[in-house]
Amino acid sequence: MASRRPRVGLEEKLPSGIVLTSVEKLAGYMRKNSLWPATFGLACCAIEMMAAGAGRYDLARFGMEVFRASPRQADLMIVAGRVSNKMAPVLRQIYDQMAAPKWVIAMGACASSGGMFNNYAIVQGVDHVVPVDIYLPGCPPRPEMLMDAILKLHDQIYDEKLGPNREKVIKEVEAAAMAAVPTHQLKGLLA
Amino acid sequence: MSDEQHGMFGAAGTGDTSGYGGLVRATASAGSSQRPFGGYFDQVADDLERAYPDFADAIERVVVDRGELTLHIKRERLVEVALILRDKLKFEMSMGVSGVHYPEDSNRELHAVYHLLSVTNNQRIRLEVSVPDVDPHIPSLVEVWAGSNWNERETFDMFGIIFDGHPGLTRILMPDDWQGHPQRKDYALGGIGVEYKGAVTPPPSDRRSYK
Repeated sequence: MASRRPRVGLEEKLPSGIVLTSVEKLAGYMRKNSLWPATFGLACCAIEMMAAGAGRYDLARFGMEVFRASPRQADLMIVAGRVSNKMAPVLRQIYDQMAAPKWVIAMGACASSGGMFNNYAIVQGVDHVVPVDIYLPGCPPRPEMLMDAILKLHDQIYDEKLGPNREKVIKEVEAAAMAAVPTHQLKGLLA
Repeated sequence: MSDEQHGMFGAAGTGDTSGYGGLVRATASAGSSQRPFGGYFDQVADDLERAYPDFADAIERVVVDRGELTLHIKRERLVEVALILRDKLKFEMSMGVSGVHYPEDSNRELHAVYHLLSVTNNQRIRLEVSVPDVDPHIPSLVEVWAGSNWNERETFDMFGIIFDGHPGLTRILMPDDWQGHPQRKDYALGGIGVEYKGAVTPPPSDRRSYK
């Protein structure tokens, strides 16, 4: 929590029990420790998601064991399973009903890319429908992997910028993405 | 109906070295059966004949295969036979309505199969109705077994069989504005090609024909 900015001498004169930080850091700290997942179990990944919430893996350690059935009370959508074309508008509506700031984890191969279901019925990656923050591979991923994804998302939220800083970061990420070589132009080993 | 199948998933000339491409299997479609049918099937047939005088006219053929009885019924007589089976022979439940598509079987392309269960007598039989692709109409059995409602909607959605008299025959699995009926044999699997680091994988429907 300590500020990384150069000290200006103020810290030396603070009474005990007072900590200085930036609004960004404080907001990130609060947000990352108060994530409310929405239930969006669609297939076998949902079983692993439920296991992560139950006693053995104990998502309560991160204060996230209560999955809200109402999107109004949730700010993290864990898309657990394959999304069919018929489910896609429902998924988008649930996402739109969630209060910002909100995040999405595409859990498993199907939610990330369509997985083994490359056919007429299944959306080939949930990022066609909603913006995804974390892609979690696995078929299905183990609860440990889901928790790893959640912890990485926590770090991401902790470092999230606010206001003009955020716009600057978004521009930088966009520029980097445009400059990167697209995968269809990459050649060589499939690694 | 085709008598033999070549390869697996229709794989042929693809450089498939697994051996499945050279596989030839005879598919014997079960022919009509003669009495005695065995087990309780004779009793069911006797009771049905007694309770339903037009039995000979309504039944196209009777098949006993793998210890299971299937009655092929003319679609005009389906509701009458179903009512007799429910009220007189105590087949209280219809466990589901399956669809089958036989593209080679001209004028009998689409089949609807009703799996019936008698809880009273612990008996199971099957009704099968076949209709041509150009006229895919079968009378609805929702009035006989209310549980057939969603089953018939599903069979309509997947195979395009129209159940006349159904209270609300709409799609149940696919989106309402969907084109086509996905479980028919001639329905393309779809999918997209995948390209990664110069390697190209064509969409599944181009890779195999999935018989």
